[in-house]
Amino acid sequence: MVAPLIPMGVIPESWNNVFAVILGFGFGFALESAGFSSSRKIIGTFFGYDFVVLKVFFTAAITAMIGLLYLSYIGWLDYSLLYIHPTFLASAIIGGIVMGIGFSMGGYCPGTSFCGMAIGKIDAMIFMVGMVIGVFIFSEAFPLFEKLYNSGNLGGKLVSDSLGVSKSLFAFLLTVVAIGMFYGATWVEKKVRKVEY
Amino acid sequence: MEKNKKSGTFYLNPYLSGFIFGMVLLITFVITGRGMGASGAVKSTVVEAVNTVAPGHAEKSVYYSKFISDDAHPMNTWLVFEVIGILAGAFFSGLIFNRLKFKVEHSPKITSRRRLIFALLGGALFGIGSQLAKGCTSGAALSGMAVLSLGGFITMMAIFGTAFIFAWIFKKNWI
Repeated sequence: MVAPLIPMGVIPESWNNVFAVILGFGFGFALESAGFSSSRKIIGTFFGYDFVVLKVFFTAAITAMIGLLYLSYIGWLDYSLLYIHPTFLASAIIGGIVMGIGFSMGGYCPGTSFCGMAIGKIDAMIFMVGMVIGVFIFSEAFPLFEKLYNSGNLGGKLVSDSLGVSKSLFAFLLTVVAIGMFYGATWVEKKVRKVEY
Repeated sequence: MEKNKKSGTFYLNPYLSGFIFGMVLLITFVITGRGMGASGAVKSTVVEAVNTVAPGHAEKSVYYSKFISDDAHPMNTWLVFEVIGILAGAFFSGLIFNRLKFKVEHSPKITSRRRLIFALLGGALFGIGSQLAKGCTSGAALSGMAVLSLGGFITMMAIFGTAFIFAWIFKKNWI
């Protein structure tokens, strides 16, 4: 077992930020080349005229998910060393709802707004100004949010464990669901009138 | 395709982009053991700014002080370097596909001014929500899903489910 490479000491810690820039470059290129620098293209998912967000997002999640399970299966990767995003039930739901409202108003999420900014979208730059203000408001008003922020802590809980299935069965089922969604999305796209943007 | 390229409307196949994106995320986990993110870089910037302007205030605050320590400068975090890469990668893609242009993108039914006000409000809500959920669409939803985090799936469903409903409420802004 050699991976993850930096936590296992295969690659020295000092290289961490170099990889951050290189990997970020890939991230930005993948998003912009798919059209995530356009808020009207992104929002198309919710009106059915362009499902690029659904397609790119789920393809990426499944690719990484299966890749990690496979590398762990052949013994190259120690899954227990991966950072599992911790589950805080209440704040995951309420935070998600707040972000969802922000998404439908602003048309971007933080990652895509960086892409929009990079190619000159002024609305993306203003969205980022809003982000900074929002983070500042949250930080200053933290005592108000503190109870919600810390409640329902389940730690690094896996979705497969909550559903009582193995990791690989879950990944398989999600892949089947995603392929079904891709077919459904393409069918809807053909039915819905195109929007010029 | 050549014509599309010139007009700046050429996009890669979404499954190809998604695969590239997924491989980048996979390599990130293999190298660093962690996923990618975006809102974390904004948080680091805000923490750093407040800590510079009002260090006493930052130290006393419960939230800022979580992210300040002597050996790890908040600006010096992985996500900030990653965002520099994101900006460069997106710029490069915009350059080769001919999309570099200053503009405010909005529905013909609304003014630029209205678009920018909504962008500001939307950004502010995303800023608040991402701190609550401890990550945004990248850090919580996508990176969380890649490692089968329950919270990642919950946040993903909450973001997209809510946005689906509210997009129709703000329909005029988009189509």
